[in-house]
Amino acid sequence: MARLNDDNVRLAQEIIGRYPRPRSATIPLLHLAQEQEGYLTQDAIKHVAELVGATSAEVLGTATFYEMFKFEPVGKYLINICGTMSCALMGAEELMHHAEERLGVKAGGTTSDGLFTLEHAECQAACTEAPCLQVNYRHAFRVTNADLDTLIDDLRAGTLDGEIPAHGTLARVRQSIPADKAAGVVTPEQVGAPAWFPAKDPS
Amino acid sequence: MTATDNSPAPGADSDAPPPDPNAVQVTVNGVPHTARKGQLIIEAAADAGQYIPRFCYHERMTPVGKCRMCLVEADGGRGPAVTVSCMVPVAPDMKIETESPMAKRMQEGVLELLLANHPLDCPVCDKGGECPLQDQTMSHGPGESRFVEEKRHYEKPIPISDLVFLDRERCILCDRCTRFADEVAGDALIHFIGRGNSTQVMTFPDEPFASYFSGNTVQICPVGALTAKPYRFKARPWDLDEVESTCTTCSVGCRTVVQSSRDQLLRYQGVDSDPVNWGWLCDRGRFGFESVNSDHRLTEPLVRSATGLVPTSWNAALAATVTLIEDAKAAAGPESIAVIGGARGTNEDAFAWARLAHDVIDTPNVYSQMGDGLPVGILGMPRATINDVASATTIVLLAPDLKEELPILYLRVRDAVEKRRAKVIEFTPKQGGVTRYAWKSIAYEPGTQVDAVSAALADPAIAAQLASGSVAVVAGRANLAETSAATVQALQTLLAAVPQATVLPAFRRGNVVGALQVGMRPRSGGLDTRGTLQAAADGKIECLILVGADPLADFPDSDLARRALFGARRIISVDTHLSATSDRADVVLPAAAFGEKSGTTTNLEGRVTTLGRKVTPAGTSRPDWMIAAAIAQGLGVDLGYRSVDDITDAIAAMVASYDGVTREALASSPDGIMSHTPASIDPINPVSVEIGVRNSYDFRLVVSRKLYDAAVGTATSPSMAHLAPGQSAHLHPLDVERAGVVAGAEVKVISPRATAVMRIEADPTVLRGTVWVPFNQPGGNVGDLIDCTAPVTDVRIENL
Repeated sequence: MARLNDDNVRLAQEIIGRYPRPRSATIPLLHLAQEQEGYLTQDAIKHVAELVGATSAEVLGTATFYEMFKFEPVGKYLINICGTMSCALMGAEELMHHAEERLGVKAGGTTSDGLFTLEHAECQAACTEAPCLQVNYRHAFRVTNADLDTLIDDLRAGTLDGEIPAHGTLARVRQSIPADKAAGVVTPEQVGAPAWFPAKDPS
Repeated sequence: MTATDNSPAPGADSDAPPPDPNAVQVTVNGVPHTARKGQLIIEAAADAGQYIPRFCYHERMTPVGKCRMCLVEADGGRGPAVTVSCMVPVAPDMKIETESPMAKRMQEGVLELLLANHPLDCPVCDKGGECPLQDQTMSHGPGESRFVEEKRHYEKPIPISDLVFLDRERCILCDRCTRFADEVAGDALIHFIGRGNSTQVMTFPDEPFASYFSGNTVQICPVGALTAKPYRFKARPWDLDEVESTCTTCSVGCRTVVQSSRDQLLRYQGVDSDPVNWGWLCDRGRFGFESVNSDHRLTEPLVRSATGLVPTSWNAALAATVTLIEDAKAAAGPESIAVIGGARGTNEDAFAWARLAHDVIDTPNVYSQMGDGLPVGILGMPRATINDVASATTIVLLAPDLKEELPILYLRVRDAVEKRRAKVIEFTPKQGGVTRYAWKSIAYEPGTQVDAVSAALADPAIAAQLASGSVAVVAGRANLAETSAATVQALQTLLAAVPQATVLPAFRRGNVVGALQVGMRPRSGGLDTRGTLQAAADGKIECLILVGADPLADFPDSDLARRALFGARRIISVDTHLSATSDRADVVLPAAAFGEKSGTTTNLEGRVTTLGRKVTPAGTSRPDWMIAAAIAQGLGVDLGYRSVDDITDAIAAMVASYDGVTREALASSPDGIMSHTPASIDPINPVSVEIGVRNSYDFRLVVSRKLYDAAVGTATSPSMAHLAPGQSAHLHPLDVERAGVVAGAEVKVISPRATAVMRIEADPTVLRGTVWVPFNQPGGNVGDLIDCTAPVTDVRIENL
């Protein structure tokens, strides 16, 4: 059973309530499912489809478009080493070789203890800080081999638990809209065209 | 003044008609053309005689601009620009260049890219020869490719449903099948999965593309990526010969082309008929050719001897038939002879049989419904067409589940709702395919539909909706385990309150409306099917003639059907396949099937269209009309029909409602000609029905059909035979507990008539207090529980 648990179903319903149409909540709910299991299980995809009123194929199609959704188990820490131009010039390839040697897995692999998954990544928008990497989408800048060793040791030792949650958790602060602050969801039809928009020619 | 100038010239002739506000002047390849406002460039160019190549564009679906094949140069006033012609509407004075050097270069570039990963396996591809990619590569392609690298590879064809295979290597990701599944069929079970170079069309891992309309994706696939199991590797397109026809699997009457090779039916394809099917077919209609080719076809006449049914010659069989009829007439008069059927054949078949029955045998007992429809008087109500239904402001459904019984009508209703033209008010004993599109879905317990309709009419919101515009009612029998009385009464209540409403009769069998209109209905004092079967059971029928009728499978009350077949002294069966019923006949005459005979057919709207003959009838089988003429000859009357055309002419001349439905008129109107409502049809008398209150321990029985069942058309089609879901008793999940049974277990379902054993399934679409069982499933016996004279059927459910 890898469907959403009861707490997350409640949260899912709250998230759905923020949108005029349930389908709009597909991606937030997929993140929720990934947070629960660390990756998207088939059951979770089916459950999200039920919740938003789409078919499982539609939800799978949406999810597979995005790199950040994983469909196989990944380690607790996903290390993405950037390999795009600036980082490549500044030694990203050597850094990757070092990481592979250190973790004992090839890029794309997961360590046997289930702690680390190593991946190539495209530009992480930190070219001035090359070479850079991300651990569970948290940046590390100007990474040397020694920095990487320290980072891995710290992650293993758990000293970074306060900063880097397990894979799947995007933010620890849960957005919540109090009922009295809610804007009130209306469908696009109820909103209508803005005043400045020319009326449609009746012909 | 130039030809592209929209404003009227000063001093123009004041008698000239005012300029059409919807006209847009454009030039296509330098030639002036008047397009319609809002028309897409690709359509306007086609009207101007310039074909723009395309893969993803389909006129019945939303344009998406996926394939980029239709790039042209269009100058809307700001200089020539690369334009996706399937996405951009025409603008005044637009200059469209479809064949300029720039447009050519773009089209060649797109094709080169599309072919980069497309395998060149045309010689073994089913699509080769009728492939838009192949054709447009020849007409618009660059001639050679610069791509020398290894192509992308996937596992070669994988099944995505029981009927459809997908070859992902051939797919060009045009979004036609996925758009069809989502937009037209409403079964978005296939979708693009992945991104970029690894995008593919795929189902969810354990949810196959089990749509009733999946075959359409094969037809609209512009490459050989989707292939249908029944047609794979059966023929090459250039070996196929075709004739246009009308599907008679149900009464919607979709236009098709029937294709054959080596005198064997191999494929049906949908033809776009604007008032009817828009090019779509359901899978049952599309793959039904397998039953025509089936080994179970009757190929020679059979007569009963001491050892059972034995083959004989036509002469001997016809002589035996004539003797049986004459003996019956001599023994107990013509009223002791009854004819049931006629809905399977053409108008001509039905007319010849009606003449044989009424004029030659002189019996009033003729009927073409099988006790599962509504009284024939419904044809006398103001008739709606399918277009009337699809364009009505409000659609009221007092009918069986359209998705299961009249699938293409379901697509039209669904389209009307999705495009926000219509609101659907559904009255139903069980939620079905239309329920999710209904504005109001009103569930009623069988027998209480009058109360449901009255309550709905009293609802101010519903009353306001009904008063707001046109109303079309689709009326039919939603439940076979009750008489039609309550439905008829509910229909009358509705029409009394909404006098502007028109009615589309949801009669289900192929040509049942045509058969009724040309005369296969009782003359005054005659018996309908139930009356005939009752009389036969009482020993009052000397000779029962079944023309494509199988009461054991199709009549809701199986017990009465069985007693009738035992009670009738003699039975003559005219049929295409040997059925449980024809197996008991004294004479069995083999009839030609769909695709083996020409003629005309009438759909549920009253639209008359032509049927084409494509292959030779199996064995020595003959069209029904020919059999009727031969029997009349034997009885000493020459009906005067030498060809099917003679009968088409005779119908136009003799049947008032087919006035104007001549062969010439039919030949020039591919969408068919509307017949009129027969004046001689008796109106439905006001009925009222008393239905007792259901005992709280009981469940009220609802029985209706699924698309796939044990009918001859599916049971003898190998690809579809296993798709029938089988018989089981569906209870609301809360009722499962209340009844003290366990979902999945076998239970006894006990009616006053009989006990049937079947599996329990928990099904939230079933109304509480009712039990739903699909009719005529393989091995099913729910008909045993039904008493066709009882207004409703209540059953108890007990553990074994």
